[in-house]
Amino acid sequence: MILYLVKRLAVLLASTVVAAVAVFAFMALLPGDPAEIALGVNATPEAVADLRHRFGTDRPPAVQFLDWFGGLVQGDFGTSYVTSAPIGPQISDRLGVTAVLVLGGMAVALVLAVPLGTFAAVHHRDPLGAAISAASQVGIAVPAFLAGILLVFVFAVQAQVLPSGGYVPIADDPGEWLRGLLLPWLSLGLVQGAVLTRYVRSAVLDVMREDYLRTARAKGRGRTGALWRHGLRNASVPVVTVLGLQLATLLIGAVVVERVFVIPGLGDLLLNGVAGRDLLLVQGVVMVLVAAVLLINFVVDVTYHLLDPRLR
Amino acid sequence: MRRIGIWIAAGGLLLATAACGGSPGNGSGSGGGAKTQSLSVGAVAEPANLDFTSTEGAAIPQILLVNVYEGLVKLDQNGEIVPLLAEKWDVSGDRKTYTFTLRKNVKFSSGAPFTADDVVFSLGRVKTDWKLKIKTQLDVVDKVEKKDDSTAVVTLKRPSNGFLYAMTSRLGAMFSRTGVADLANKPVGTGPYVLGAWRRGDSIRLDANPSYWGTKPALSSVTMKYFKDATAMNNALLTGGIDVISSVQAPESLQQFADPNRFQTVEGTTNGEVVLSMNNGRPPFDDKKVRQAVRHAIDHKALLDTAWAGRGQLIGSMVPPTDPWYEDRTGDYPYDPAKAKELLGGKTYAVKMRIPNLPYAVSSAQVVKSQLAQVGINAEIEPLEFPARWLDQVFSKGDYDLSIINHVEPRDMGIFADKSYYFHYDNPEFGKLLASADEGTEQQQADDLKQAAKLLSDDAAADWLFLFPNLIVAKKGVTGLPKNAIAESFDFTALAKQ
Repeated sequence: MILYLVKRLAVLLASTVVAAVAVFAFMALLPGDPAEIALGVNATPEAVADLRHRFGTDRPPAVQFLDWFGGLVQGDFGTSYVTSAPIGPQISDRLGVTAVLVLGGMAVALVLAVPLGTFAAVHHRDPLGAAISAASQVGIAVPAFLAGILLVFVFAVQAQVLPSGGYVPIADDPGEWLRGLLLPWLSLGLVQGAVLTRYVRSAVLDVMREDYLRTARAKGRGRTGALWRHGLRNASVPVVTVLGLQLATLLIGAVVVERVFVIPGLGDLLLNGVAGRDLLLVQGVVMVLVAAVLLINFVVDVTYHLLDPRLR
Repeated sequence: MRRIGIWIAAGGLLLATAACGGSPGNGSGSGGGAKTQSLSVGAVAEPANLDFTSTEGAAIPQILLVNVYEGLVKLDQNGEIVPLLAEKWDVSGDRKTYTFTLRKNVKFSSGAPFTADDVVFSLGRVKTDWKLKIKTQLDVVDKVEKKDDSTAVVTLKRPSNGFLYAMTSRLGAMFSRTGVADLANKPVGTGPYVLGAWRRGDSIRLDANPSYWGTKPALSSVTMKYFKDATAMNNALLTGGIDVISSVQAPESLQQFADPNRFQTVEGTTNGEVVLSMNNGRPPFDDKKVRQAVRHAIDHKALLDTAWAGRGQLIGSMVPPTDPWYEDRTGDYPYDPAKAKELLGGKTYAVKMRIPNLPYAVSSAQVVKSQLAQVGINAEIEPLEFPARWLDQVFSKGDYDLSIINHVEPRDMGIFADKSYYFHYDNPEFGKLLASADEGTEQQQADDLKQAAKLLSDDAAADWLFLFPNLIVAKKGVTGLPKNAIAESFDFTALAKQ
């Protein structure tokens, strides 16, 4: 197990470095000059050259990369061209908001998917089970932002029971914080929940056909009892894998959902950065997202090992 | 004349970074009594920081000027220059010396008194500390002196009509000698509001200044909430998250607010000329006849109705109706496809129309394309991401034949005087008119500028599609909304809620 951890950790670090190079290279290829954009239509060629020098974007790409990556290793994301503010604190502020959004969305998905998926598996021959299965199919087809727009229309614009968007920090007003997050959580959670329901259902179905479950039932346990005692842990192994992948999808989905619900999270920061060609900021945010996805995969792999003793 | 500077703002995606907001319960009146009334206003671009002396971006003066910082003079809703921190001003006979008599008992929000020393300090800083390109508008100032505590004297190098107008902009904002340590975060001004709280990425709250020298604001606070997404901003007003949309981004969304029992719509003017720019520097638009043909080929009334729901005003040159030298030039090139064909001499052209991906540009381009096609000019529309790619390809590199952009800076006819500017319009006569307008008497200024506007129109230096409207939607009961957006600020001073 220790050896596995060390090996897995080395892979994690190597992937992060490769990702950093890739992110930097992509940014360098992006058309549009940050100095030009900062000066807008007031620009003269001299002013642009001067600002390029101040930004440091006139240096060779390799030097810029080493400068940026060197800072990153020390936890310094650099200073934004556009706002002249340090990037690190901006990212950590926004990361907190996005994390709450993503984890809440995941929680909604889990709360929906585990009971529904299990029910649909156990009752896969009944109309209700089939109905859940069909509904989840529809849910998969709906992107999170569309779910968001529909939810806003129904609950905010028509019924006027929840705000259409906005984010109130929990310290300011916990009630409003919760009210503001309900619809975003739902729009992320419903879609992911639909996907997850199908995985839970098929995992539980697979487990139900296993010999050990039949044995447990032969020994006198009820269908539900046997599943509860012997089936769910085994069914959870593939579900955890999917969960990890989905968490990454959610993180990306959050970028769009933040736009719909006017939530000042990482996605919002990222889109601003791209529009203003605040390259350092974009690099920083993308790096954080990439690192988060790599980290999630790492945690999934480790959890997998913990859940399934055969892999140890 | 003012040198260049357009903030191609009014179109949706803004230059500066912007972010979001829009939560009810925040800023929209938690108290209830008249004393604690507050209002929240939705806007599109959030300031990058609060220092407009070193950071470009229309969003900073939009919230701070007049509300937090005040100048000696300000621009009123009719485009007139009126007193603010100066009670009055006298101009010497040679029009080179301006003597400002300052209001007494004015205090900065820090408690420091406002005196002539602060005028000397603030105008001096424009030269020494400001980093913006627009600071050259005050290059004409020779020296600023204190006569006594309440009298400041500004001497110009030469007579300039642009000087006092520039003083109404952010360049004329008065700073405290002890209040410039952290301009990016802590503005100190004499205005009716002070900075309350800034929630980055969401909103900025201004609180009423209890020691304001003038009429105290009717509201205890005003919150500016920032939305990048027009639909999200509309939804926020529909659901009560905000009270006012400061600038409606697409007129077709107005029908959601048609119920007069809940909402009111205010339509005014802006300084934004939506220009169909033609590249005067290369064929085919280096040929005046081809440019004139374009102007005859476009049915402007139909274009405005189709592209912008008939909101806005037709103009025929680079002057908005709120400028004193405005003349109606819409009759210069009446819609006349036959005349256009005649000017083209039976030839046909294929041109590139590279436009920013902003709503007004995209919808106008469709109409322009179909109308030009009828006279034999086939324009291929290529939308470019705004600001990054449009600025790069069209504005900086000048690689375009036609483009459409809203030039929103006030009194910006001067951009045509610079032949390196992306229009590449080159007529020395025009530059001479602008120079003599700035130095002459007010009468001469008006005469020269009228002539300059006519020259632009006659030469068909560009085509002017329409004047961008200022569309505000607010809840019923909100009063004191600034109808015209012709100054740099969104003026909160008269705002109230019934």
